[in-house]
Amino acid sequence: MSKEKTNYIEILTKGIWTENPVAYQVLGICSALAVTVKMSTAIVMGIALTMVTAFSNLLISSLRKKIPSNIRIIAELAIISSLVIVTDQILKAFFYDISKQLSIFVGLIITNCIVLGRAEAFALANKPFESFLDGIGNGIGYSLILVIVAFIRELLGSGKFFGFNIIPQFIFDAGYQNMGLMVLAPGAFFIIGLLVWLKNSLPGISKEER
Amino acid sequence: MGDLLSLFINSVFIGNILLAYFLGMCSFIAVSKNVETATGLGFAVIFVLTVTSPVNWIIYHGLLAPGALSWAGFPDVDLSFLKFITFIAVIAAIVQAVEMVIDKYSPLLYTTLGVFLPLIAVNCAILGTSLFMVERNYTFIESIVFGAGSGTGWALAIVSMATIRNKTKYSDVPKGLQGFGITMIIAGLMAMTFMMFSGITL
Repeated sequence: MSKEKTNYIEILTKGIWTENPVAYQVLGICSALAVTVKMSTAIVMGIALTMVTAFSNLLISSLRKKIPSNIRIIAELAIISSLVIVTDQILKAFFYDISKQLSIFVGLIITNCIVLGRAEAFALANKPFESFLDGIGNGIGYSLILVIVAFIRELLGSGKFFGFNIIPQFIFDAGYQNMGLMVLAPGAFFIIGLLVWLKNSLPGISKEER
Repeated sequence: MGDLLSLFINSVFIGNILLAYFLGMCSFIAVSKNVETATGLGFAVIFVLTVTSPVNWIIYHGLLAPGALSWAGFPDVDLSFLKFITFIAVIAAIVQAVEMVIDKYSPLLYTTLGVFLPLIAVNCAILGTSLFMVERNYTFIESIVFGAGSGTGWALAIVSMATIRNKTKYSDVPKGLQGFGITMIIAGLMAMTFMMFSGITL
């Protein structure tokens, strides 16, 4: 029993940190970059993706013995797109403004490599509950990177945190300026690049060889 | 005509699907190690985008858009929430069909492009272009031009990236930054360069 429990914890932490999907497996960066201008969009996107990954892993894993292997990609895509449609409708109903800001990126969860990648790499070979945990772990790992990038971009780019000004006025009076670059596309690329550098330089996990 | 040209230039340079909207990053990072394969994938993406964007336009405006089914007697039906699953199915089917046609009629092209075609079905640039096409209310002709323009922009970006990575092979990159890290920073610099086009209006 306790061995099983540690196994579950290991599955969770793998997704969150040691094999973080964005920083380690280089998956799903498309949307990681696009929705990180503000904290609120990043968090909603993170939650949406975590839910989709967890439930698609759960469903695909429960069906893994029924899906013929030569049409599995289509079957997986059908499951994932149905989940994304549900997510999109929920967002439209309860968070209309944020769903407008996320625009097409909710739909793009379908082609987010994390969801399909986890389905292929984990859910097809493991039991439903473990796959569900794996989905949650990877989703949280993805959200973590999203939130970090969004925090840096929102703070440096518009001097705000969750839409509130947190840089006091006297600093602006003293000549401080918001860094316009951070709001634009290149800022996101630089931050992800530097975060990967930071992660690789931390002790204990610098085993990546290319 | 001038509008279409301006839309094309806009989608290739200013609103580059990869560097301004971050679509298709996964294959961009994975395949840009080698110039030849990058070129192959680039052309495959141009081709698939130019086909899928108008086909999805027809399906969306003929079946899914609010009121599109009025010819069948259902003027109030709004199926637009089905667009995700429809588009991805159309893309997968077209990619499969293209693969079979190329295999049948041009074995030479198949050996160059064939390996990349399955990869393209799950490339977010393809789905993203179709979704942008719906969101921005393009007309049919515009959807073709937009598809071709986005594809060209993506191909341009990945080929330039492959060339640059080829050059950096012998550079002294700090250890932790090697591989993915430095690629992102190069992409950032490229995005800055592409932003300079934003002053252009035709």
